[in-house]
Formats: sequence, structure tokens, C-alpha cells
Amino acid sequence: MIAELGHAALWLAAALAALQMAAGFLAVRAGEGSEIARLVRPSAVVQAALASIAFAMLLWLFAITDLSVKLVAANSHSLKPLVFKLSGAWGNHEGSMLLWVTVMSLSGGLIALAEKRLPERTMHATLAAQGLVSLGFYAFLILSSNPFERLPVPAPEGLGLNPLLQDLGLAFHPPTLYMGYVGLSVAFSFAVGALLTRQVTPDFASAMRPWVLGAWVFLTLGIVAGSFWAYYELGWGGYWFWDPVENASLMPWLAATALLHSTSVLASRDALRVWTIMLGVVAFSMSMVGTFLVRSGILTSVHAFAVDPERGSFILVLLGLFIGGALLLFALRANTINEGQRFTVTSREGALVFNNVMLSAILAIVLLGTLYPLLTEAFDVRVSVGPPYFNPVSAIFAVPMLMIMAVGPLLRWRQDRLERIRPELALFAALVLVSLIFFGFVTGVAILPLLGLALGIGLGVASFLPLRGRNLKRVPLATWGMIVAHFGIAVALIGMASESAFSKERLAAVEAGQSTQVGPWTVTLSEVMPIAGPNWTAIEGRLRASYDGGEPVMLTPQARRFWAPPQETTESALATRWNGQLYAVIGDRTPDGRWQMRLWWKPLVTLIWYGGLLVALGGALALVGRVIADIRRRRIARRIVERRMETEAMA
Amino acid sequence: MSWRVWLPLFLFAGFLGLAAYQLTQPKDDFVESGMVGEALPYFDLPAAMEGVNGAATTDFKDGTPRLLNIWASWCLPCIAEAPQLERLKEAGVPIVGIAIRDRSEDVARFLAQHGNPYTRIARDDLSEVQLAIGSSGVPETFVIDGRGIIRYQHLGDIRESDVAMLLAELEKAR
Repeated sequence: MIAELGHAALWLAAALAALQMAAGFLAVRAGEGSEIARLVRPSAVVQAALASIAFAMLLWLFAITDLSVKLVAANSHSLKPLVFKLSGAWGNHEGSMLLWVTVMSLSGGLIALAEKRLPERTMHATLAAQGLVSLGFYAFLILSSNPFERLPVPAPEGLGLNPLLQDLGLAFHPPTLYMGYVGLSVAFSFAVGALLTRQVTPDFASAMRPWVLGAWVFLTLGIVAGSFWAYYELGWGGYWFWDPVENASLMPWLAATALLHSTSVLASRDALRVWTIMLGVVAFSMSMVGTFLVRSGILTSVHAFAVDPERGSFILVLLGLFIGGALLLFALRANTINEGQRFTVTSREGALVFNNVMLSAILAIVLLGTLYPLLTEAFDVRVSVGPPYFNPVSAIFAVPMLMIMAVGPLLRWRQDRLERIRPELALFAALVLVSLIFFGFVTGVAILPLLGLALGIGLGVASFLPLRGRNLKRVPLATWGMIVAHFGIAVALIGMASESAFSKERLAAVEAGQSTQVGPWTVTLSEVMPIAGPNWTAIEGRLRASYDGGEPVMLTPQARRFWAPPQETTESALATRWNGQLYAVIGDRTPDGRWQMRLWWKPLVTLIWYGGLLVALGGALALVGRVIADIRRRRIARRIVERRMETEAMA
Repeated sequence: MSWRVWLPLFLFAGFLGLAAYQLTQPKDDFVESGMVGEALPYFDLPAAMEGVNGAATTDFKDGTPRLLNIWASWCLPCIAEAPQLERLKEAGVPIVGIAIRDRSEDVARFLAQHGNPYTRIARDDLSEVQLAIGSSGVPETFVIDGRGIIRYQHLGDIRESDVAMLLAELEKAR
């Protein structure tokens, strides 16, 4: 009964999405006062309620482990802890798609209830576009991935008791990325609505901005978490592999970053109209292209997903419909949209435009590198594109971008002179030059990490310069957000550069009781103990690692030996300090009775993820700042209206 | 400006065409083992449930050709091939089963329901043997000659029409 209720709610929600779409498009033609126009907002709200009911039913099914439902039987188990039963509801293809449409319809409902800035016609067009996108996903759910499908015979027990998948990180990583994708879909709907009604205005940008900001924060968190998991769990010591699935999450982030900045220009300066619309379409298309590449399995990746060509085709059709349609609309309408306000090259807009172009170029490079194997495979040539392409080629655009990033926020809108900010420019240039000379000549670092270090240090300081001469208490929260986010980029950059420039590696063969050095660490092998697991035996090294002669910490790397067939794996051990990480692996025994050890000292490597978190924090600050400012503005506007009515009544 | 606004649409159409083309291309789901013609890699696996024997490489070196069947109780095509395995057993073929990532109670339930054609059933909890002999999925069936050399690999479930061919391969391996 619960499953049927959920299934019915899903169908009804789909019907309301269709109503929302049809009524919205008709209302755009019929005009504001028409009968049909009154249907648009309520249908979005009811749709949100119905989708929430469907998702609640799915949660309920998982909570009580109803094994007559195929999805529950395949992904859950009666003995799982409740939190993993519930997270199991979205830890699979069908459930995650339901989560997607639920969040999407909730966003639609929220816009329908709260967004009053835009002309009503534009809102109708926006909600119509949102209805169309939702309808596509409902169709996908109902026709090819129904989460409420019953089994003809209930299963005696569920299949999902794999302890590997009972991990809190894994439970919350996918929804985080989904929130990001959904936020971009809302931005897409706004862009389409604005194009349809030719209302590309600063109001449109302010209405869209919180969604872009929110999406961007979630995408940032998703990427940071994924990268840290890969570093820590896979034990290869790397944090980014330019794998297609990683790129699929990076591309929407790059597009969203560009969109975020051009939205700001449009909101405050009424410039970059066409460009912002274009980016709104591109950002959402990147998240759909990413989903398609991951789910259809047409690219080879180290990540294994439940790959299904039929679902891939479905997503491709949706992609063609939504993005193709939006790009067609763009091509037809772009010429009729005014470019907006003009500005000079040396202005904040100028800097933002420059960085937008750089970000787009990096996006193009990543997209090309990701799709290139797909292209060559069509001609029966198999290639693999990796770091030797991505790192240097994206650096060509990243280096000027980072320089402008340091300077841009110091410039005034519309028109400025570089002479005005000469002291700040000199400080930034001096920091970069001194770091270049110091690290380049004194310590001898390779070119890319050298540039990364110098620009990271310069940018780290420069990101606080916009505060100069201002009363700190009166700096808006959104500005703090920008400063924190830019500083976070600098921090992450220093972490990456430092990891590749200063990592020390040590391969040593030692006897029990002997010591070896790696960087500032003295590592002593106290003893080697044999231990046994369910289907393996291992030797476990007990290492006492002391930093600069300080209090030693214990590390226990293992070399596991599976006996059938004879196969060895290594389990690394980590010691984290504020200034870096020691990464230890133990290997074979040499004929003369010594043990091989492999040690890495990775200075400042943790800055990569702390920087990423700062970036997300900056985005969150900006979001909160914008929303609070908006609420305040509304309250004032309401008060003005009230007062006017009072005076009118008095008169 | 006029022609440039069409550029994104054309690029996107190109991507769409490429992706659609790649989707229609048949995927190479069947990965043939490079181990055919080689000796069985060394293994010694425990029994998959109580009351049966585990399997080791040495079991294949007594001069009799055997079938090595990679299967699992959670695998649906394995149910489909059960009657064919039964027929091969009736034809006097010794079949060694290796259950991949399985549990003994599930193995017992499967065999009670669909019959037990195996002379030995071992468990491979980490797909180690499966990977070592170059099998990429379940079910797969290998013909092993009397000296422990892999002679033939059959990918996917054994259909009715495959039984005679497998018997012929076993004859060749004799």
C-alpha cells in the first residue's frame, strides 16, 4: 500500500509538472490577468508536496524494509542500522533520481511561493521551463527507473548488507552533488524564462543568484569530499586523477563559477546579459552531460556505476531536448537582447569578464580532454588522456586568471585607473616575484608548482586587500564571502603546489630497531608482527615516527597477503600534523632479514582540502548575506507600502 | 554576432551525434581470457558450504578433462544454465563449481532449488581465482584438460545448443 501510494503521488506530481509547464507557456501568451495564469504558481507548490510524499513513502519503505519492493530487496537488509536503511533509499539509481526530482520540485515550489521580484510573465516562463525539465525527469523515473516496482514474490531477505557501503561519507556524498545539479537546473529555468520573455534584467540576475551560489557551495563540497576520500581511502597518495567521473563533477563547477561571477556583474551593473544567459544554459548542460557520461558507461572510468545503455539513451534524449532546445532559443533570441551597459577594460567588470573567459577556456580544455577518447574511438583508435595534457594546458589559462583574481576585486565598477591601486599592485607583484626567486633559485622547484606557490602566496595576501581602508564592521557579508572564497583558492593552490614541489620520498630497508629519515621525520621500525584476517595474513609494521625529535607517534602500515591465489596488497598508514602528512607503507622482507619501507612526507598537503572548505564557506557566507539583504529590502518595501496606505487612509 | 550565436548549438549537435553513435555501437561486454592455452593459476579454495569439497589446482591434474564453472547464487543466468549443467553431469562430465562472492546458506538454497551438478564447490570471496583465470563475469565455463591446462572459455550461460559443443571441446581436450 505504501509503495502504491508513493507511485500514485509520483504520477500525480508528473501530471502537475505537465500542468505547470502548459499553464506557464499559455500564460506567457495570454498575459498576466488571464485565468490560466492563476494555475502556474499553485501547480508548482502542489507538485512539490506530491513529490515530497513520494519520497517520504520511499523512506518509509526502506525504514520498515518492505522486501516486496524490488528496490528495497536489492539495496537493503533487515539487519542494517536505521541510518543506513534510510540512506539506502537514495544510495541507488532509482532512489537517487527520486531524490533529484523531489529537491527540484521543492525548489520550484519555493520559487513559486517566494519569488516576487521578477515580472509575472517572466516568472510564468521560468516555472514553465522548470515544469518541462521536471516532466522529463518524472518520465525517466516512471518509465525506466520506477523506485516503487513490486516483486512478484517478496524476497525472503534483502541483498544489501555489504559493510563496505555502510559509510556515512558515501551516504551523503551523492546527495551533495545532486543539490548542486538541481541548483543549476533552477538557474537554467531562470535563463530560459528570461530568454522567452526577453527580460534579461538585473532583477533576473538577483533572483537567480542565490540558486547559483547554493549550487556552487554544494558542488564545491562534493568535489572536496570526493578528492579527500580518494586520497585517504585508495592509498595511492594522489588527490586528483583527471578521471572522467572526476571531470564530470569539475566541469559543472567551472561553469557555475563563471556563471556566479557574471551573474554578479549583471545584478549590480546590468552588463553581460547574453553571456550570463549562455552560461546559465552551459552550467546545467555540463551537469547533464556529466550525468550522461557517468550513467551511460560510454567512457571508461575507474569508478564503477550501475551502467545501463538504455538509461543512457533516455538521458541523452532529455539532454538533447533541454539543452538543444535552450541553445536553439538562445540562437534565435540572442540578437534581440541588448548587450547591456558598457565598461572599460580596467574596471571590475573587465576583470570579471577576463576571468570568465579563462574559466570557460579551462572548461573547454577539460571537456575536450574528457570527450577526446570518445571521438577517437569512433575511428577505432584508443587513447587515454591524462595529467600530462590537463595540468600544463589548463595552467596556460589558470595563471593569468589567478593574477587577475588578485587585482580584480580592488578595481571599481565601470571605469578605473590602475594608478589608483598602485600600492596594492606593487605589493602583489613583489610577493609573487620574491616567492618566484626564493623558491625558484634557492630551493629549485619545477615550473608549475613554482608558479602555483608564488601565485598562491600573492593571492592569499591580495584577497584581503579589498578590506583596506574600510570599517570592518560595515563590510557586507557577501564581500566577506568573496574574500574567504578567494583566500580558500589561494590556500588550496599552495597545498597542491607544495605537495608536488616538496614531497619527500624515502625507500629504505631497515632491521627492527633501526631508524630512517624522511624530511624532518625520524621513523623507527620497532617491530614487525604477523597478524591474521578472515582470508589473509599480514605483517604489520609498528613504526615510531618522531617529528624533529619530538614525542613519537605510532604508525601501523600492513602488507597483506591473500593466500588464494598468492597476492599482496598494502595498507598505508598516515600521521597528520598541521604542516603536512607522513604517509607510510611497508613492503617485502629482503634476503638479509631487513624490511622495505616506503615513506612520504607531504608538506601542507591538507591545505588542499582546508582551502576547498574555505571556498565553500565563502560561498555560504555570500549566500546568507544576499538572502538576509533581500529579506531586509522586502521588509522595507512592505513598510513603505504600509505607510503609504496609512497616509492615504488618513487623507 | 549573428552567426556566432548558432555556434553553441552546432557544437552541441556534434556532441549529441557522437554520443548517440557511441551508444548504438555494440559494447564489448565479453572479455576473452588471455589464459586460454595456459596452465591454471595456483589456487586452493575452501568449500562453499558444508558437505562438499573445496577445489584446488591439483584436483585438475589427474588426467581427466573437467569443466570449471564460475557461478553465483545471486546470478540469474546461472539459474538458466542449471538444466544444461545437469545434462552435462548426466553425460558423465565432472564439473567443478566456484561460487563468486557468495554465502554458504545461499549456495545451499540455490542447489536445493536448481539441482547440484558439481563434484566440487569452492568459494571465492574476493573474485581472486576468477580474476586470475581471466573471467570477467558470471557465469563462465572453462574446459580444463587432464594436465590442468585451460583449453576453452565459454562466456555467459550455457544454452541448449552449447551442450554438444562443450562435449566436443571436452573430447578434444582428452
